[in-house]
Amino acid sequence: MIVGTPRPRLEGRLKVTGAAPYAADVPVPGLAHGWMVTATVSRGRIRELDAAAALALPGVLAVLDHTNSRRLNPDAANYFGPDGSLPLLQDDVVPHAGRPVALVVAETPEQARAGAAALRIGYETEPHDLGFALDHPAARPASTLFGPEADTGDLAAELAASAVVVDEVYRTPEETHSAIEPHAATAWWADGHLHAVDTDQGPYGISRVMATLFEIDRDRVHIRAEHVGGGFGGKTICGAQLILAAMAAEHVGRPVRVALTRRQVFLATGSRPPTEQRVRIGADASGRLRAIHHHAAFALSPLAEYIEWCTEQARTLYAAPAIRTQLTAVPLDMLPPCTMRGPGATPGSFAFESAVDEVAERLGIDPLDLRLRNQPSVSPVSGRPFSTRRLVTCLTEGARRFGWGQRDPRPGVRREGDLLVGTGVACAAFIAGTFPSSASITAEADGTFTVRSGATDIGTGARTALTAVAADALGVTTEAIRLRIGDSDLGMAADAGGSRGTTSHVFAITETAKALREKLPGADLPVTATVDTTPLINWQPDQERNTYSAIFAEVTADPATGEVRVRRLLGMFAVGRVINPLLARGQLTGAMIGGLSMALHEEGVHDPVSGRLVTADLAGYHIAAHADVPAIEADFVADYEPQDTSGVNGLGEIGSCGTAAAIANAVWHATGTRQRTLPISLSRVLSP
Amino acid sequence: MTDETRTEISLLVNGETSVLIVDNRRTLLDALREQLGLTGTKKGCDQGQCGACTILVDGRRVVSCLTLAVTADGVGVTTVEGLAEDGELSPLQEAFVRLDGLQCGFCTPGQLCSAAGMLAEHAAGWPSAVTRGGTPDLDEAEIRERMSGNLCRCSAYPSIVRAIQETAVSR
Ligand code: FES
Ligand code: FES
Repeated sequence: MIVGTPRPRLEGRLKVTGAAPYAADVPVPGLAHGWMVTATVSRGRIRELDAAAALALPGVLAVLDHTNSRRLNPDAANYFGPDGSLPLLQDDVVPHAGRPVALVVAETPEQARAGAAALRIGYETEPHDLGFALDHPAARPASTLFGPEADTGDLAAELAASAVVVDEVYRTPEETHSAIEPHAATAWWADGHLHAVDTDQGPYGISRVMATLFEIDRDRVHIRAEHVGGGFGGKTICGAQLILAAMAAEHVGRPVRVALTRRQVFLATGSRPPTEQRVRIGADASGRLRAIHHHAAFALSPLAEYIEWCTEQARTLYAAPAIRTQLTAVPLDMLPPCTMRGPGATPGSFAFESAVDEVAERLGIDPLDLRLRNQPSVSPVSGRPFSTRRLVTCLTEGARRFGWGQRDPRPGVRREGDLLVGTGVACAAFIAGTFPSSASITAEADGTFTVRSGATDIGTGARTALTAVAADALGVTTEAIRLRIGDSDLGMAADAGGSRGTTSHVFAITETAKALREKLPGADLPVTATVDTTPLINWQPDQERNTYSAIFAEVTADPATGEVRVRRLLGMFAVGRVINPLLARGQLTGAMIGGLSMALHEEGVHDPVSGRLVTADLAGYHIAAHADVPAIEADFVADYEPQDTSGVNGLGEIGSCGTAAAIANAVWHATGTRQRTLPISLSRVLSP
Repeated sequence: MTDETRTEISLLVNGETSVLIVDNRRTLLDALREQLGLTGTKKGCDQGQCGACTILVDGRRVVSCLTLAVTADGVGVTTVEGLAEDGELSPLQEAFVRLDGLQCGFCTPGQLCSAAGMLAEHAAGWPSAVTRGGTPDLDEAEIRERMSGNLCRCSAYPSIVRAIQETAVSR
């Protein structure tokens, strides 16, 4: 049994020696370089675009813009539906600042960059609106692609009958994925086929979008993403780097690489939208919840549908006779947002678990106790049983390890020198499941097995996990497995997103292994089995399937400077059977640090007049650095997911979900002041 | 061919001398990546804010994206490709793999070169912003402070620190 044992990642050696090729590393003969140019106004039209000076510069091969670019099919779509932002350089409309308006192609990156600087672009500016608010006049109900809103019980009556009612508004800002690898793609055409090495989280899905955009058969599109330098959701969408590289390669008849600058990643690739969330919770004097109302709004672009599903916690974490959720979308003149680590659940759990803590505060009940008292036996909204729900164990075991029992409940009273000290807890659920994928396995004559899957490894350890799963499923050691992933030619596969990459690919590989083992006896080698799991997936399971976490935080707050530092962070997780505890722990602590970074540091700020993003670099947009990260521990409670043949659930996102609320709750305990707006920056602590 | 826009330089990279003609605008990072094919060194921001491009120049850690190639004429450079000797991983590299001090791996070359340079700085008795008098022990706080120029968005920070600390202790 290899699954369940801690093993270092298979490509570790390649990565520590610099030998793992990422999208901008692959050598291609005859390569030309494209430099993207983005709009500097927040809404309007391109009045003029003069490329003469750029074209006169040494090495510049072409300037692509809306007047000379090939037409792209406007029907391209992303996961949520039609996406009008995908066809680039098609018209003079500027829907948001940072919209790509041209690409300069040259022999070297320096020449392309100089060409981009020499472009003369004039704009007709139109008024823009980036004034996000829950009650914005353009607010409308969000898409219900993820199912109808919850509305059980008599909310008004339960609120009226409650001994205490918390009714507060919480805000989270625009946040960016900030993967350290900027988006890059290298593309070339040969015999009517498009080839590309791209930075993305799912080359198969991307190949479908590219086929639609360029109106060619999908099997003429070959996208590779062998090593990806982090994604966090920001590389799920078919990126400008790839679309422009493919357009330019066709235009100049040579391979073209488009590597976005860090600034362009901020300006031209989607981020997590800002949210504003009103949470109302009513409880009786004994701490039983009677009413839960979570109304969340998020911003999006009119160009593409999107869902920041903030209301997930309200419908699953606690029992209450009345539960209502509402999700509102506010269209603004912004870049279309994009799912980011723990989409919806991460900002949503900040609001919801902060409000739950406020209920405990007003009732004078220990916040851990309040959470334990309101655990549902079945899903409070759907009435379905849970397939597995080890949340109580996460809470109680976490409390034991953290030393919660000794906690002084009073806020704002513990001092260590000049610092105030506090602790907080929060929990979270994240929906789990499986998406259709395929795999194929060949039993080779030499006794090895070649496993092909369209999966990608964006740092999740997928390569290592899938190899372990394949070895167990075939009853061999990992040395006998040759896994090939990261290529759209390897078959249909879910992308590495929604915490479903691993479960989806594991399911495809185990089913394929089963099929192969049936074929093997007496067969002439090599023999191959291929399985597509589409017909095997149960879309209407009679049980609700989630992963769970309990996060405990200890913080210090400096009343003189307003600086909050996290001193201790513990996460207990119920994520089904763990394939590789070493790698899973890294994933979870990494996600918890993402939550810490969200709680204390990250904030995309737009200039109120120009609408442009002020924080478009890693100095203006601070993400947690080594010195921000304290002693941190993630561990698992024993768990098994019965809906999955291998017992596993995804764990890429649950770690980021409860962390910000646990930290905010600890800040309250330290200072006596609630922080309802993220990030908990120095100024917010000093003047709440 | 050199002219007012191009210059010939010579670099000693990972023990091998290379003579190359560089665009005067070219960074040392791009010279390594585009001209010498040493793509192990990564470009995370190209503006000195992430540390992914960290290399060792004459033993000292340097962000190669903020170093113009023409200014590096004649220097000795060590990149991530030069950390292993005769195919054998250095103790630092081995600890990164074993303790999982990486996820996507994109910041890893910079973390490794930075850690190697940092350990040398520490051995030479350099203090950091958190050092309080005397020769500092390389505890977690010292390592975190000294490594804070190297961002890791996967946030493998705890295991990176562990790997560095273990290497430092076993030296
Ligand atoms: S690429 Fe040099 S510091 Fe980021
Ligand atoms: S390992 Fe991905 S950025 Fe550090």
